[in-house]
Formats: sequence, structure tokens, C-alpha cells
Amino acid sequence: MTGANSHFVSLEAVTKRFGDLEVLHGIDLTVDLHQVVCLIGASGSGKSTLLRCINLLERVDAGTIVVDGQTITGTKVDVNKLRRKIGIVFQAYNLFPHMTVMENVTLGPIQALKLPKAEARDRARELLVLIGLEDKADEYPDRLSGGQQQRVAIARALAMNPSLMLLDEITSALDPQLIGEVLALVRTLADEGMTMIIATHEMSFAQEVADRVCFLDDGVILEDGPPRQIFSSPREARTREFLQRVIESGRL
Amino acid sequence: MGKFLHAFFSPLDFLRAVPQVWDGFQTNIKLMVIAEALVLVFALTVAIVRGLPGRALSPLRAIAIVYTDIFRGTPLILVLFIVGLGVPALNITGISDRSLFVYGIVSLTLVYTAYVTEVYRAGIESVHPSQRMAARSLGLSYTQALRFVILPQAVRRVIPPLLNDFIGLQKDTALITVLGLTEAAAQAGFYSSDYFNYAGFTVAAVFFIILTIPLARFTDHLVKERELRERAQAV
Repeated sequence: MTGANSHFVSLEAVTKRFGDLEVLHGIDLTVDLHQVVCLIGASGSGKSTLLRCINLLERVDAGTIVVDGQTITGTKVDVNKLRRKIGIVFQAYNLFPHMTVMENVTLGPIQALKLPKAEARDRARELLVLIGLEDKADEYPDRLSGGQQQRVAIARALAMNPSLMLLDEITSALDPQLIGEVLALVRTLADEGMTMIIATHEMSFAQEVADRVCFLDDGVILEDGPPRQIFSSPREARTREFLQRVIESGRL
Repeated sequence: MGKFLHAFFSPLDFLRAVPQVWDGFQTNIKLMVIAEALVLVFALTVAIVRGLPGRALSPLRAIAIVYTDIFRGTPLILVLFIVGLGVPALNITGISDRSLFVYGIVSLTLVYTAYVTEVYRAGIESVHPSQRMAARSLGLSYTQALRFVILPQAVRRVIPPLLNDFIGLQKDTALITVLGLTEAAAQAGFYSSDYFNYAGFTVAAVFFIILTIPLARFTDHLVKERELRERAQAV
């Protein structure tokens, strides 16, 4: 692959409107294979919407998104096939409450990938070991802590063997003492070379794990650079303002 | 007081009426079991059709809406007259030559499917949209998300109101007597005109009550069992 197509994910002039409200105005973003890109910015700046556009949970109104050489914003895209390659983890976990942990993790592989049940279960067990919850396979989500539920949600996404993971503020709903266990897991994934786009409010985590940090402000990417540059010498006044507020609230 | 007790609770008449009313009540049981099975399936189908996405399917949705509006609004007794008396008069082979039992089933199913559709629909809408989103994000199709994620949660939630509607259906099987079908209420009527005593009606009432109580307890049991299984006990 050459030129513009050498990026694993590339967004060009992506625009998304909800009714009269334009949430994303012309987003340009590229992510290379094995890269971890963190999206930072105030609530409502468009981070979640951006992630949802990348796996087509939201349709873009204008612009193009290319994932793994395939333009996904066209009309003839098999959304189900695309989503199998892209894992997403949500702020509110969104586990299936009527299914055990094992059933949550194997549903996608069995139904969408048509994997034999035994194989799906073996793979799920490996993932439960990875997330440290091998003894919770037969529990229902509501009997787990928030941190445990979020780890299961990550395992559920990983079970599809995705080549890209989108993490949408996955620690925002967690008590402070539970955030660590989830971030440790994400760190493991980053170390293993998983390509990830992470919307987060955890600035120190972004600083540590990201190859690049993008600051979203009011639906545009205002600043895009290595974490050290963004956090220590931001070019834009708005970035400085945002980081100042974060520091004041004690989150950096 | 004595007169009242004698008319409705005379032990002799009560015992004497039991076999005769039981004879008719078996028809009620058949009616309710068959109608309930049909209602479960049809109502789920109509509820799913009403929830289908996309503009192309709007005629189907419209049909489903019109159907529920009509049959939820029409008294069962009128549907019985239309189906049980009107349809046979049309002389259409294959349709107009069915038994009263079949017309009874059709009427009950038409009316109760409309009610139960709304129950299912409320259940489907009570499942948070993020559940569908999570399912679709795993690459499940619309149908798979519905089948494995939305419906199992929706159906569990509506079991109590659904069984409540079924209790209504069971009682309404007695209305089919207006078509001249010999069921429990009809047999009780025969008994009262033969012996000038109304204990037959009391017997029929007792039969209906006996049938609904286990259903009510079963509902309680189902709800409790799910609570125990899925909910955190102490956090």
C-alpha cells in the first residue's frame, strides 16, 4: 500500500449532524497500524460521535472514512462484516444482562463469525484469563463490580478478534479505585500492538499510553501531536485552556 | 340469606352440577390453550412488524397499526357475532363451513392478539437502545440482535402483564356461549333451567378461578426466580 492508503484508518472531512446540530465539522484524522491515538476534549466536543462513525453506528453526513483499505462511507458497505473487524467498548459497558459472562463473550463469535461453540468457549476462557476473571464465567453481569463489567465488555469486543479497537470513555462511569484495573488491561493491549482509538478524560493515562493525542474542540480536531508536545507545550490557546481546567480539577 | 345460599351454594346442587359443568369446561380449556398458543406467536409477529425500521416497510407497519387499533377497540362479543354468525352466512367454501369452536378460536385470537401485541411492544421498547447498539457493534444483524439480545429481555419483562391478559382470555372463553357453543357457562345455564337452581353458575365460576390461581402463582415464581439469578444480592 502506498500514499494516502498506507494509514490503517483515515478520515477525511467527516461531518455529522443530528438535526440542526452539527456535531463534527470536517474531521481529518489518520491512524496507523499498531498506533494508539487518544482523543481528548470537553464533553460534547464530538469524541463519542467520532468513534461511532468509524464503526458505522452513526452514519456520516459528508466526508470519507477508510478502514484497512476499504472505504466504509459508501453505499455498498456490509456493515455487519465491517463491525466484526472493529471492536467498540462503551462508557456504560452495555453488557447483556440476561446472559452470563461466558455467553456475553461468545455471542458475537458464535452468531456473527459462525465459530463452533467449543472453539468460541475456549477462546473466551483465554480472554477471561487475560482480564483476570476466569472464575466469573458463569456469573451474570449485574453481580460483578463496574470495573469487572467493563473488563468483560473489553473481552467481549476482543473475542471478535478485531483489528481495531474503539474505546469510548470506558472509565468515566467507574469509581476511582476501579479505574486502575481497566486501564491496566488497555495498557496490555497497547503493548501487544492493538490499534486503538481511545476517547478519554484520563490525561495521565493518555500521556502514558498514546502515540498521538488529538484535542477535539467543538467538532474539529484543533491539535494533533505526540502526547509530550500536547501536554507540555500545546500550540493552541483552546488546548491550553482545556488542559488548565483539567489540571485545576486534579485529573492530570 | 338462606334463600341466597340455597340458590347459589346448595351442596346437593353444587355436587350434581359439577360433572355437567365440567363437561362444558373442557371446551373452555381447549379454547384457551389453543387461542393462547396462537396469540403468543401472532402477537410477537405483529409487534416485531410494528418495530421494523426503514421507510420501505411502512405499509407493513401501517397494516399492523390498523389491525391493533381495530381489534383492541371492538368488543369481543361483536367480533364473535361477526365471525361466528356473519362469516357462515357468506357461504364461502373452506371458510364458511367451519365449526363454532373454530370461529370461537378465531375471534379470541383476533382480539387478544391485538392486546398482547401492545404488551410485547412495550417490552421491546423498554430495552435500552444501547443494548441493540452493543449487539450491532459485534457484527450481529438486525434480526440476530432482535433474537438474541432484545426479545429475550423484552419477553421476560412482559411475562406478568402477558399472563394477566391470558387470565382475561381464559374468562372470555365463556362469551363464546353466545354462538351456541356448549361450554361451561352454557352447561351451567342448562342446569339452572333443568333444576331451577343457580349452583351451576357458581360451579363454573369456581372452575375459572381454580384455573387462574396457578397461573398467577406461576407468574410470581418466574419473576422471583429471575431476580435471584440475575440480580446482585448484596453489594
